[in-house]
Amino acid sequence: MISNYLLELAQDIVMRARAAGASDAECTIAEGEEFSANVRMREVENLKEAGSRGAGLRILIGRHTGASYTSDLSNDGIAHLVKSAIELADITTEDPHAGLPDPEEFGTLEGDLEMYSPDVAELDTAFKIEIAKRAEDAALTSDPRISNSEGASFDNYVGRHIFANSREFAGEYRSSYCSLSTSPVAREGESMERDYWYTMARGFAGLEAPEHVGRMAAQRALRRLNAVKVETQRVPVVFEPRTARSLLDNIFEAVHGMSIYREESFLAGKLGEKVASDDVTVIDDGTLPGLFGTSPFDDEGVASRRTVVIERGVLKSYLMNTYAARKLGMKTTGNASRGLTGNAGIGHGNFFLEKGVQTPEQIVAGIPNGFYVTELMGFGVNVVTGDYSRGAAGMWIRNGELAFAVSEVTIAGNLNDMLRGIEAIGSDLEFRGSVAAPTIKMGEMTVGGK
Amino acid sequence: MRFSESIFAARFGITRQDLENYLGEALSQGGDYADLYFEYLVTSSIGIDESMVKSAAQGVSMGVGVRVISGERTGYAYSDDLSPEKIRKAANVAAHIAAAPAKVEKFDLNEGRKHNLYPVLTAPTETAFSERVDLVKRADRAARAFDSRIFQVQAVYADNLRQVLVATSEGRLSVDRQPLARLSVSALARQSGGPPQRGHAGGGGRMDLDYFLKEKTPEYFAHEAAREAIAMLDAVEAPAGEMTVVLGPGWPGILLHEAVGHGLEADFNRKGVSAFSGRMGQKVASELCTVVDDGTIGSRRGSLNVDDEGQPTQRNVLIENGVLRAYLQDKLSSTLLGAESTGSGRRESYAHIPMPRMTNTFMMAGESDPEEIIRSVPKGLYCVNFGGGQVDITSGNFVFSASESYFIEDGKLTRPVRNATLIGNGPEALKYVSMVGNDLRLDEGIGTCGKDGQSVPVGVGIPTIKIDKMTVGGTA
Repeated sequence: MISNYLLELAQDIVMRARAAGASDAECTIAEGEEFSANVRMREVENLKEAGSRGAGLRILIGRHTGASYTSDLSNDGIAHLVKSAIELADITTEDPHAGLPDPEEFGTLEGDLEMYSPDVAELDTAFKIEIAKRAEDAALTSDPRISNSEGASFDNYVGRHIFANSREFAGEYRSSYCSLSTSPVAREGESMERDYWYTMARGFAGLEAPEHVGRMAAQRALRRLNAVKVETQRVPVVFEPRTARSLLDNIFEAVHGMSIYREESFLAGKLGEKVASDDVTVIDDGTLPGLFGTSPFDDEGVASRRTVVIERGVLKSYLMNTYAARKLGMKTTGNASRGLTGNAGIGHGNFFLEKGVQTPEQIVAGIPNGFYVTELMGFGVNVVTGDYSRGAAGMWIRNGELAFAVSEVTIAGNLNDMLRGIEAIGSDLEFRGSVAAPTIKMGEMTVGGK
Repeated sequence: MRFSESIFAARFGITRQDLENYLGEALSQGGDYADLYFEYLVTSSIGIDESMVKSAAQGVSMGVGVRVISGERTGYAYSDDLSPEKIRKAANVAAHIAAAPAKVEKFDLNEGRKHNLYPVLTAPTETAFSERVDLVKRADRAARAFDSRIFQVQAVYADNLRQVLVATSEGRLSVDRQPLARLSVSALARQSGGPPQRGHAGGGGRMDLDYFLKEKTPEYFAHEAAREAIAMLDAVEAPAGEMTVVLGPGWPGILLHEAVGHGLEADFNRKGVSAFSGRMGQKVASELCTVVDDGTIGSRRGSLNVDDEGQPTQRNVLIENGVLRAYLQDKLSSTLLGAESTGSGRRESYAHIPMPRMTNTFMMAGESDPEEIIRSVPKGLYCVNFGGGQVDITSGNFVFSASESYFIEDGKLTRPVRNATLIGNGPEALKYVSMVGNDLRLDEGIGTCGKDGQSVPVGVGIPTIKIDKMTVGGTA
């Protein structure tokens, strides 16, 4: 990858847009190489390898915007890109809040954010296949009830992200990741269940051992066997980290600046109010080295930062890009996010719930009758109203222990009450992606079953 | 359209000989089968928010995917550059990945039969932007005018024109031009300082722009979105537990997509990881249920003249009078299972490996009067609109989320009910279908199905049906 060439190309595209009549312009170029190896039942199933790149442009003519993208970086392709964006400014409405960030907002984090690890690009294909095989094999050999598998895969990616605008911001960063996952199938009598485990890191050295991945996946599939449907009842509900993370996704949607100004969030207008129990502190931090939500600048060229979203239960900040901040009379939090093109949306950095003091075992030990949720299904969360209703599977808690598997039930409540009803937060915070949460215990929710 | 008229021949100068050469390179290290998938995709979208057209974007992406299959092993590589050297490079990468003893010696490309399901002369993507921007403006005005309690409206119009070429080592050569357009409207309503409620509607398909001007207008979708938002203002908490559920016609057909459709995709069954594995010929639904996946319905969002492996789509009866009859097959699974492809091989783009997927999945009409179905329920839930759904293929458990539903009390619809997820088990749920209406309706054309990270447009449909027992996930 020749970096300077693409950075210069982005700046050139911005200049060409200005020459074509744009009063402002911003250009994103992304370039990447992907690889994936899938094995199943100890044989190679798929191997995929390719590279791609594309450019996106957004322009302003006064307060009218237009946007375009192309995978064709030839001279003709770029000319078409510029023309496409310019012509769209004719049909958009003049929007007093549209525009690039204020000049003092531009910036980039200095120092090594450990987003790129050169070992990823150097991994040998045969080695990667071998790693995937070892993970699947560890699952298949861990118990006679694991006799089938959906396979294992090793994926890796290296890429480069370039951003330049007409206010003289120009920046780029490289990133890499590799991941290993396996999905075994457990069977006993009529009961068949699958589950998975995965590990992901910026560099190969950060991955968990393939044998560990395989054994974890197998244990998770095995404990789901012979699940029953319980009676409908109200009980304490514990979310293990994998499912607790989805609650953080819901909180992110609810503090999303666009949803706030449109009043389509149950947290709109609640800044400074108590919205969760005292134990709850939620942070967005795009500056943590080596993690997946880290970047030196956001997709508008604003430096990444740490934002306290909820502090000991009190809503402290929304997450905003320049546009949402202007609509709300606030300042951007450096959370602009977009693909190659279009107006910037809002994304998160590393978005997480601060850990508590109890171990997950201690949390479960205090519950005489409750539900430990290991899987959530469906899209039954309405962030406008906070209504929450999702399919769930997991383990039933009896006298402080995980007693038997439960499936085909729902859990329901309202996020307003759920956040206030958080009674315990575990000490087991771990980053397996850009959103993370430790174990969470809710006081009471409705479990829908028989 | 013939190969010679396609963009790949006309603009990029690709010849049959070129295609044969690339296939030859793909099989140069051996293998049973190879195919090339060329794609040229033009997209555009226009969005309105707060009565301002705030976003408008258009773009072009193109590329070619090269696949080589040897036994159960697939090698795949792609290029977003259509120059001969880059295509040859991708073919060589795929060839080395799937290296095996040579089996294919010679192939002559021939254009086979295909449907003409969307004879659109001017695709929406090829029309003037001024016409298309009017659609979102009209939707915004109509939703706001519907009721003074509507305080936020967003509408998005998006279209694309996908031109594809598939060439296979079995000699199949297919080109297709696939237009697709969609208008969706979201409205928020509030009364007397209470909490807001959202309503959502949208639709489209593989048709020309006239569809939105004459048949399903922006006003139609806007009123539907606004109506739902207003209706939900008085909604009460959903019940929890097992009860009788009546599904209204159309989009609630998402039940079939989740409960049975995915579980019948041949890749899962070939591997024995589906709850439906080994159940061919068995009873998996009540005898009132006949479920079909049909990629040949004119102008529908889920329809295709040829699938993404160049095979003409067809009408596949999956469940006939309650008995499991067929899986959805692609090239790889059908070869390994010794079956025929059902025209179900689909992929998101040139960068993706094809898999068995659904097209338009629906249940055939029965004989019951829909009103009679509701009258027959002493106590239950009537669900008319849904958000998304999801299924765990292996356990067979599926969910789908009702966004608009009503209590049925003594055979009459009473209060509206807030969001609730419905959950069931695929091979069991349809056994409780006790009445099927005569009012089969297909959805408006807004569905997108995700599998293994690949999204493809699909359709669903269903008549009014009564399910005697299903778990509803409310709080009350």
